[in-house]
Amino acid sequence: MKRIDMEFDLVVIGGGTGGPMAAVKAKEKNPKLRVLLIDKANVKRSGAISMGMDGLNNAVIPGHATPEQYVKEITIANDGIVDQEAVMAYAANSFDMINELDRWGVKFEKDETGDYAVRKVHHLGSYVLPMPEGHHMKKILYRQLKKARVEVTNRVVVTRVLTGESGEVVAVMGFDCRTADVYVIRTKAAVLSTGAAGRIGLPASGYLMGTYENPTNCGDGHAMAYHAGADLANLECFQINPLIKDYNGPACAYVTGPFGGFTANSKGERFIECDYWSGQMMMEFYFELEGGNGPVFLKLDHLAEETISEIEHILHTNERPSRGRFHEKRGNDYRKQMVEMHISEIGFCSGHSASGIHTDARGATSVPGLYAAGDCASVPHNYMLGAFVYGRLCGENAAAYCAEHGLGAVSAGDVAAEEARILAPLGRTDGLTPFQIEYKTRRLVNDYLQPPKITRKYEIALRRFDEIREDTSAMFAANPHELMRAMEAHSILDCAEMAARASLFRTESRWGLYHYFVDHPERDDENWFCHTLLSKGEDGRMQMRKKAIEPYIVPIDDEERSAYQRLRVARNAEAA
Amino acid sequence: MTIAATPTQVPVSVDNDKCIAEKGCTVCVDVCPLDVLAIDMLTKKAFMKFDECWYCLPCETDCPTGAVSVSIPYLLR
Repeated sequence: MKRIDMEFDLVVIGGGTGGPMAAVKAKEKNPKLRVLLIDKANVKRSGAISMGMDGLNNAVIPGHATPEQYVKEITIANDGIVDQEAVMAYAANSFDMINELDRWGVKFEKDETGDYAVRKVHHLGSYVLPMPEGHHMKKILYRQLKKARVEVTNRVVVTRVLTGESGEVVAVMGFDCRTADVYVIRTKAAVLSTGAAGRIGLPASGYLMGTYENPTNCGDGHAMAYHAGADLANLECFQINPLIKDYNGPACAYVTGPFGGFTANSKGERFIECDYWSGQMMMEFYFELEGGNGPVFLKLDHLAEETISEIEHILHTNERPSRGRFHEKRGNDYRKQMVEMHISEIGFCSGHSASGIHTDARGATSVPGLYAAGDCASVPHNYMLGAFVYGRLCGENAAAYCAEHGLGAVSAGDVAAEEARILAPLGRTDGLTPFQIEYKTRRLVNDYLQPPKITRKYEIALRRFDEIREDTSAMFAANPHELMRAMEAHSILDCAEMAARASLFRTESRWGLYHYFVDHPERDDENWFCHTLLSKGEDGRMQMRKKAIEPYIVPIDDEERSAYQRLRVARNAEAA
Repeated sequence: MTIAATPTQVPVSVDNDKCIAEKGCTVCVDVCPLDVLAIDMLTKKAFMKFDECWYCLPCETDCPTGAVSVSIPYLLR
């Protein structure tokens, strides 16, 4: 094990979606900037879009939608708890980003006149743009990284962002997951683009890596931001998804909806008016599952052969292409049967819901020099295109920050402490395995944190998490690969505790199933129309506080405010 | 020693007749997001070392000789 020292102006942590964009845009802004893109996997195939993506879920394209309409839609879908300026910063830059991706060679669906073929999936407006050939996305990003001469380091797990005397970024530390060499990288600024915290809960299958999110995305960034002193926002707004049962991947209603597919109950009947993933939609899904009308299915068997062939082509070549062989083994044929669905374990993911490292409309966190983009940051319902737009904003704003700041002094004590923390599991020859620590944490998350939320259960969970935290001092790793899992187990445990503390703080129910708090079943706008922020207190423990909602720049009228509350198909309307 | 060695059937299999790892190819090992593939030092062929699969398919898709095949892990199947 060597110690490797490096020096850069900007380090981008995570090479999936937002990360490559941040690195490229920082270099475009200042070609002399020394930019490092670092990934614990390989940027060629890392992150949520490892195998590409089947479409844009939030394209704001003139003629189909305006930025104002989009801000309104997301405000309503997220029960009003949004920083509209941050959502607007996405929406206003959405179309430019689509055109840039188009120039880079991303193939979007276009109509016979060459215009983007936008579809409607959301409750109010039209924002979905299919990419039937979207499997090539990572290759296109990689080409841009090479062109912009971004330096890339693969297979290095970043574990901490070190800060200086005024709390600013001065370095990042990590280790190589094949050699256990310890990296100390001095830098002026850092961008966190580490994806969702998708490995907090345990999939119902019990298979540890059978998660909806790429399992590399285990909340490292959330934990790093927390330990660096940053605020995290609205963590009680969990991500819970409707997924193919057991396979635990998307079915996917955004692709099939515009073709006529829909979510149905066991009688084959539609029970929700809109398949867009919101907390309220998940609540209706949960009630249907638990209320005697389950299982819930994705229904396609009423569609024409040519439509189903097209759906199969999109779903079985993009994003999660192995769902084709899953269906084959089960004997599922979209033509003949409905596909059984289930609800997922919990996670943090602003891409689909609204929780993460708090960032403003410039992508900046509360730590000077620290930025965050994509699923790990707090801008709600951001999806892939939001990761690209905020990647760009983070890259450009971090480059500007670097122009005004020098390298800070790194505390030798901080470096020694982190090096000791990283290497500790390798130094033991016996003890608990990372697998055991992780499995137990995630199993307890399912037992106690999965909504409906109950105070007593959450209190028990916190006590059990404390016990596991003590157990981590007995964790041992036989090799650098297991060391990676050991350090991930720490991140997962941090995120599990954050999920519990944030949920207990917000004593109301909001966002449908995401924060369905049985002891406080009503929405309480008088006391809780606000963000919640979690941060590390003076005593080194998690502390919670409220943050006022920023003044709206796009007003919402009362009729619109409750649009997402009325998702259930009305029975009497059906009879009429 | 209190550590068990529990065998498990892994989802990624490699056709040793097609695998060209002995010629220096490490494509499948390189692209795996979870870093669970490795080259066996004795046989000089790729194999799945850790049962931590996301059944995401880059190893199979990017293999230049079609030697790698991924099945859905048994617990999910």
